[in-house]
This record gives sequence, C-alpha cells and structure tokens, in this order.
Amino acid sequence: MAEITLQDIIKEENLVYKKSKVMTDNTLSYCPGCGHGTAHRLIAEVIEELGIQSETIGVSPVGCSVLMYNFLDIDMQQAAHGRAPAVATAIKRIMPEKYVFTYQGDGDLAAIGTAETIHACNRGENITIIFINNGIYGMTGGQMAPTTLEGMPASTCPFGRDIELMGNPLKMTELVANLAGVYSVSRHSVHTPRNVRKAKKAILQAFESQKLKRGVSFIEIVSNCNSGWKLTPRKANEWMEENMFPFYPLGDIKVDGQLVTK
Amino acid sequence: MEKELRLMKGNEAIAEAAIRAGADAYFGYPITPQSEVIEYLMAQQPHKRTGMVVLQAESEVSAINMIYGAAACGRMAMTSSSSPGISLKQEGISYIAGAELPCLILNVVRGGPGLGTIQPAQSDYFQSTKGGGHGDYRLVVLAPASVQEMYDSVELGFDLAFKYLNPVMVLADGIIGQMMEKVELGEQKVRRTPEEIIKQCPWATTGKPESRDHNIITSLDLVAANQEKFNIKLQAKYKEIQDKEVRYEMINCEDADYILVAYGSSARLSMKAMDILRAKGIKVGIFRLITLFPFPSKQLFELADKVKGFLAVEMSAGQMVEDLQLAVQFKKPVKHFGRFGGVIPSPEEIADALEQKIIGG
Repeated sequence: MAEITLQDIIKEENLVYKKSKVMTDNTLSYCPGCGHGTAHRLIAEVIEELGIQSETIGVSPVGCSVLMYNFLDIDMQQAAHGRAPAVATAIKRIMPEKYVFTYQGDGDLAAIGTAETIHACNRGENITIIFINNGIYGMTGGQMAPTTLEGMPASTCPFGRDIELMGNPLKMTELVANLAGVYSVSRHSVHTPRNVRKAKKAILQAFESQKLKRGVSFIEIVSNCNSGWKLTPRKANEWMEENMFPFYPLGDIKVDGQLVTK
Repeated sequence: MEKELRLMKGNEAIAEAAIRAGADAYFGYPITPQSEVIEYLMAQQPHKRTGMVVLQAESEVSAINMIYGAAACGRMAMTSSSSPGISLKQEGISYIAGAELPCLILNVVRGGPGLGTIQPAQSDYFQSTKGGGHGDYRLVVLAPASVQEMYDSVELGFDLAFKYLNPVMVLADGIIGQMMEKVELGEQKVRRTPEEIIKQCPWATTGKPESRDHNIITSLDLVAANQEKFNIKLQAKYKEIQDKEVRYEMINCEDADYILVAYGSSARLSMKAMDILRAKGIKVGIFRLITLFPFPSKQLFELADKVKGFLAVEMSAGQMVEDLQLAVQFKKPVKHFGRFGGVIPSPEEIADALEQKIIGG
C-alpha cells in the first residue's frame, strides 16, 4: 500500500471547513485572540446558509468593529456612536422585507446609545441586535465601559472600578429582556468550539425570527479584550470565564417572548 | 385643471408637501413652534395615502439618525425641528454630509441661546450656513418667506439634495411656521418604486445582488491623505453649488439708493418698511435672500456699485450681516438692524433704522 501524502488528503470531498463567501478577503483589523473575528464569521455563515446575502443590511458601530463593513460582503452602513438601532429602525421600516442587524460594542450599545437601544427594543423593531460585551473600550485604549466589572482595572479606573465612585456595571441585556417589544434574548461566548456552535445557532434563530415580525432578537456575546485587559489571549479567556461569566451568565434570557425563569 | 387652494399653517403646508412630493419617510420629535408638522402627518396617515413611513422618535438625535438610515437606502427622507432640537441633530447632519447623502431638514427657528424662547427668531443663521456640526461641510439652505414657499421648498429641497447628494435645510422661523396663508397645492406624485430607487441611487444600501460589489455608507477614512482628498471633492461640490444654485429676489432695486437685505419673515416686514420709506421719497429696494447658502455674494457685490448703502434686517444680533459685509467688501456702508430673543421688529423700527444708521450715519 502506497504512503498517503498531504496532497492526497486535500480534496474537495474531504473539505470540512472553508471561509464563508459572505466574508471578504480583507485582513481583519482585530488583535490576535480577539472574539470579533469569530463573531463576524458566524454572522457571515448564517447569512450564507440562509441564502440572504442580497437581502441583508448591516449597521456597524463606532469602536473596534467600526470597519466591519470591510469584512462582510453585504451592504452596510456605519452609524454614529450608539445610534445604530435608530439607523436600523429606519432601514427596516422602509424595507420591511429585508434582514437588518446592528453590531455594537458595550460602550456603543450600553452607554452612549442607551436611549436608542431601549427605544428600538421597546418599539419592537423587527431587527437583530448583536451586542459584543468585553467590559472595556477597546479602540480608544482600554477605558472603563458601562459593563466594566467591579474592581476591574481600566485606563480611566486604574485602581479598579469603585462602585461608590463610578457606579455599577450595567446588565443591559437583562434590562432589554423586560421590554415588551423584545422577542428573544440570549447571552453567549465565542471562546470555545462548543460556545461558538451555540452562538451560531442563536444568531441563525435571531435572523429567522425577523420573519415572524414579533420584535427585536437580541444576542449578547461576552467576549475578551486581551489588549485592553493586558493579558495574553489564553489568560484573557480564562479571566473571562472566572470573572465575566459569573456576572454575565451565559444562556437564554427570553425565548419566544417569554422570560426564562431560573 | 382647477387650482387646489387651501388655507394652511406653514408647518402644515410643508407636511402636506412632503406627502405630495412622494417622500418616503419622515422622522421627528415634537418641539414648539413646529410640532404641527408631525401632528399633521400623523393625522393624515401617509402610510395609507402613499405608503410613506412616519415615526415619532425618542429624541432629535434618534430622528436624524433614522434620516441617515433612510437616506442611505436612497429614500426621500425629511425631518423637522426647532432650534434646540436642531442643535441636537448636528452630529447626525455632519454624518449625512460626510457620507454624501440627500435629505431635507426643516428648522422653524425660535429665540435662543439655550432653551431661549418659543417665539420666532433668525438666530440660527450661523449654525445653518456655516456647517453647524463638526468638520468642513455645508448645507444648502433655503429661506421661505411665505406659506406657499414653505410648501414649494419640499420639492426644490429634495431636487437639490439628490442632485448634489447633500443635506438641504429649510430655514424658516416661528412666524412662517405658525401663520396661515393661502397655498396652491401641487398634484400627488407617485412614490418611486424600489427598482427606480436602485436605478437612481446605485450607491444605496438596499441589499447586495450578485451583480455588484457591496455598497458601504460611511464617513470614515482613517488615512489622512484620503480624507483630505475627500474634503477637496466636497469643497468642489460646494463651489459648484455656489456657482449654480444662488436664488434671490430683487424688489424695487432698479432706482434704489438704499437696499434692505433680508430673508424669511424679516423680508416680509421689510416690504412694509420699504413702503413707509418710499412714501417719504426715500428710494429703497429689497434684496431678498432665498438661498442663504449659497449666498448671493456676487450679485450684492455688483449691486454695491449702484447704491448708497445696505441695511441687513434680521431677527438676530447680527449674523447674516457678516456675509453681506464680506460680499460688499467695504464698497458701501453696511449696517445691521435686528430685534432678537423672540421679539419681532415693526416696519416702523426698520424704516427708522435705515434713516438713522445709513442715511443719517
């Protein structure tokens, strides 16, 4: 029996994974180890699998993912800081048959865009909101975010978040889950293959639920920021599991318009 | 065909004009003295009349960002507010100008600064004509002086907005917004189909078909040299607007020694002042600005050779007068008369000001 070489294995029938067609060939601008790239890929795969590339319009935020429009091969609009839900509201109201999503960080969605987030959710806009929560302002250099944990250091709270001085971290996802216009809410991570699969399933369901016209589908992805947290990618993921997940627990929060009772 | 005439407020007229022009969307937030715009629209149920989307947003900030979203889809989108609300919209207006999108913004000006007053003023001239938000950009600014012109400003405004891919502002004031006059209504235009919009706006984010690259609407370019190149392109556009789109009206200027320069309500008040002065044998004409940007600098520069002086009449502490001075370039005296903070000047005051500041001065 002849020896099997690598070239023998690289065949179309053996292909188990390839880059989604909905991802462009542009090099991602994210730090090595960052979760944004994985989150982008999942959205791209969902759009490809649902066959809705020509029917989808995305709204990118201000922050690290501002350039998301360079990485996804769909029509996209870049919104001012926090305003993506207002922009998406108009797009969806004007073209109700399209799939419309926003992709926002914690500063964008839970600080400067609090009003836009809450009111788009409360109106029950038929859009998908993808919320990346890494507890820090990544692009501007690691400042305190609305979701920065108690005691967690950032460049504007170098001695750790002091609740008495700086107030509490905001659980925006639990907050919007209580609004009547919100149809589904869940919290995920993308740091292990198992979690990636779960997150992708949720994103798929979120896009599909736009057809039901029952309101916002809201997905939080708790992610890392190894640069901002000043940890190696591996340590950042460990730190996330130990510190972020207890305060921001993963799982379903609202399913089919009903709050999940624990 | 018989004319369709109606007695309407300025705010109602512009709302009706938006429906009849075939506008696709209105997003706004209530504020005095322009709340009739959204009230009228909601009462008319334009989603039933033409399919137009009308939504009361949670804030002016949100409303202008809805406009940004609608404009990116190639839609005819309008918003309206009054001074404090327009200040809130500046971030979004800057983004819309930076992304080169068309839209129509109505400002029914009230006295300021701050919460100011709900009475009419013209003290947002600087904000409207010099950009308003951050960055080097301009709006096309139309200044209606009657309810009919409020109505007509919608079609003209959208035409200019789509021609130059630039936000257009209709700068009215509390008088024009609130007063009732006879309006001749135009015919109901059919809204463009999605296919027509894609053809007219190939840049719009309407969903990427296989046949083209993805469309991106953004005002961001992190490479400074590229951003400068884009700014040079913007400036060339504003130059073209300056060359081609100046609009004004000259009334009794042929034999005039003195010119009242005014726009909007001030121009209406100046008409009466002109009558008072002409009755005294003083030859006065009116140069009424219809576009504030572009400003008719060349026309005023030339007019300066034929007259003895100019009086800028505006309901502000002196804003438009600065552009007038730049236009006249010290050829002839230029003075300012204004009442402000919501006070409306009387024609007699305007006439006295001309006699004292220009003739007597």
